[in-house]
Amino acid sequence: MGLLDAGITKHNMLVTSVDNVLNWARLSSLWPMGFGLACCAIEMMATNASNYDLERFGIFPRSSPRQSDLMIVAGTVTMKMAERVVRLYEQMPEPRYVLSMGSCSNCGGPYWEHGYHVLKGVDRIIPVDVYVPGCPPRPESLIGGLMKIQELIRMEQIGLSRADALKKLAEKSVDPRFIIERERTVVGA
Amino acid sequence: MEEGKVISQSLQESAAAYSIIHEKFGSAISALDANETMPFFEVVDTLQWTEIALFMRDHPKLKFNYMACLSGVDYPTEEKLGIICNFESLALFNHKLAVKVKCARDGGSIPSVACVWHTANWHEREAYDMFGMTFTGHPELRRILCPDDWEGYPLRKDYKVQDQYHGIKVPY
Amino acid sequence: MQELDTAGLGSVRVTRQSDTVVILEKDLATEQMVLAMGPQHPSTHGVLKLECLTDGEVITQAEPYLGYLHRCFEKCCENVDYPAVVPYTDRLDYLAGMNSEFAYAITVEKLLDIEIPRRVEFIRVIVAELNRIASHLVAIGTYGIDLGAFTPFLFCFRDREIILGLLEWASGARMLYNYIWVGGLAYDVPADFLKRVKEFVNYFRPKTVELCELLTKNEIFVKRTLGIGIMPADVAINYGWSGPMLRGSGVKWDLRRNDPYSIYPELDFKVPVPDGKDSVIGDCLSRHLVRAWEMDESLKIIEQCIDKIPSAEGFNPRSAIPKRIRPKAGEVYGRAENPRGELGFYIESDGKSTKPVRCKARSSCFVNLSAMKDLSKGQLIPDLVAIIGSIDIVLGEVDR
Repeated sequence: MGLLDAGITKHNMLVTSVDNVLNWARLSSLWPMGFGLACCAIEMMATNASNYDLERFGIFPRSSPRQSDLMIVAGTVTMKMAERVVRLYEQMPEPRYVLSMGSCSNCGGPYWEHGYHVLKGVDRIIPVDVYVPGCPPRPESLIGGLMKIQELIRMEQIGLSRADALKKLAEKSVDPRFIIERERTVVGA
Repeated sequence: MEEGKVISQSLQESAAAYSIIHEKFGSAISALDANETMPFFEVVDTLQWTEIALFMRDHPKLKFNYMACLSGVDYPTEEKLGIICNFESLALFNHKLAVKVKCARDGGSIPSVACVWHTANWHEREAYDMFGMTFTGHPELRRILCPDDWEGYPLRKDYKVQDQYHGIKVPY
Repeated sequence: MQELDTAGLGSVRVTRQSDTVVILEKDLATEQMVLAMGPQHPSTHGVLKLECLTDGEVITQAEPYLGYLHRCFEKCCENVDYPAVVPYTDRLDYLAGMNSEFAYAITVEKLLDIEIPRRVEFIRVIVAELNRIASHLVAIGTYGIDLGAFTPFLFCFRDREIILGLLEWASGARMLYNYIWVGGLAYDVPADFLKRVKEFVNYFRPKTVELCELLTKNEIFVKRTLGIGIMPADVAINYGWSGPMLRGSGVKWDLRRNDPYSIYPELDFKVPVPDGKDSVIGDCLSRHLVRAWEMDESLKIIEQCIDKIPSAEGFNPRSAIPKRIRPKAGEVYGRAENPRGELGFYIESDGKSTKPVRCKARSSCFVNLSAMKDLSKGQLIPDLVAIIGSIDIVLGEVDR
């Protein structure tokens, strides 16, 4: 892999199919370390359970960070917990992804104003790839967020950095506002 | 208590329980504030608080065996901190009573009743964590909710949040 | 643990498990180990750190360290109006949001001079009892998973999804409702709601039997929970225990009966207390049995409420809510029976402001967990997992 990694430009035809196979393998068996902290953890458990079954996506929750490639930060991160979150993130082997689930880990949630002990967003301490809004997000929202992570993995290529992959994802993603604008212009015309 | 006002059964029972305590401790406690929502008395001589607590728990007519709650409170106008304890005689008698104990804001201390009711152990630690009064005689008085190196006492009315904690920004 | 000197064996250390004497080690010098369980751990039901001092597999002391989910509930309460505190109370015990809101609403209403409409009271009890069943389902399901039984977890969550669907229909949210407001409700229940709740009650009755056969009567489950973590009644009261924990120790104390609120005095239901036939009074199995029996009692309560509830003719759930909630000056300590015990609120109001001066949440799990140090002495590490599961903690309430 070192030979391929070194000095490779983007969109190299040689490694496209290898990229595809690797990405398909990674996104089809995302093993999250469900880092359930608070209320969102219960919705995460409900998503894992039989009604909204996550295992059909290949997603099987692991308790140890060393055996997982996705960290779902579900719930409020407090100052006391912040250092442990960083430590757990560092224990995960690469390639690793972080999904921030719920308002509290996105931006501090309902405690943003008066919560002295609450970390206002887990992205202050670890890099986050996908944010899922909600308090708590419905299981369907969480599945949507996980599918976004899968899309992100599909964008990845050998030699492409994570920031570039995220930028590609943002360009290719369909923002609902653009759909509404598009419909409005089509109908109005 | 006003004349001619209908006094509820529970308030009468609380008043009866109070009179037994008042008989023993006299001027160490204040008069009963006989309101309908939470009848309480204040311990004036705080050094006798543990003794009063033991009396309340063990007296055969009182038997306050259950401490429902111990809340710390800040009284900024009086420059004092205090605790409010709610007691009940669970499954024995029907009476309920609340007790207030106050201390000075800076460096004030209240005797601990953790040896009388185990409930008080963690509640006093929480009051210390949030307000900063010490409880003399507590087996291990240290912060329970906030980290050990947190600055300040959060629930005081004049609390200012610190800017950084271990290099992480605290405010929004 | 006893130290006996049997001839020929030298000095041995033994322990008793039910009625067999197990010889642990002979002439072995052991060292105390510090084992930190948590804060991230699959079996601690959240972010709780248990620092265990162990001697081999036996625990000499397990001390809980809290605060990993301290979300400053009390500070938030002092800075927002009384009605705005309701979403924060939801997030205390997030598995029983309706019950937490209920406790807060009845506490503030003690300081207001309003009369709650009867239909509001009935609906409050119905949703609170539905939430109690949902909460017990999670408690039982996760207890099974802690001890290694994966299937009851899926069965419990399947039934819980139906309840969540009903509560979402009534309030708009699956888990954190903001439905029981101070002085009334946010909305009336939809037109067919009571009919669907009745259907759910009939559907769920045989499911409790099924759950019993799957988990409660399972020999492995019984072996892992029988005789573990025994707490005598008077020590439990001194620790401030309440709810299923206290009833598991044999004390017949239920706030819905002994300090009634709302319309509970008009309802007929039993307060289940173990009698020592299926379990040792005060052990983990008793506490689990109390929760299982309570689900049946909740079904009875819901049925009675559906029969007695006044009609929705001309009903406005917000009719009794004052324009500005400004309680009279005073203090109150109000409480309600949560699925985990007594959730109490100490509220101080100064009569002028629309924000509480002090709002303290007396949480049931905080008090129940404080006995951990005593309960875990001399237990094995797997038994510690069984004990934590039987206490049924929710860290949102412990740390507030």
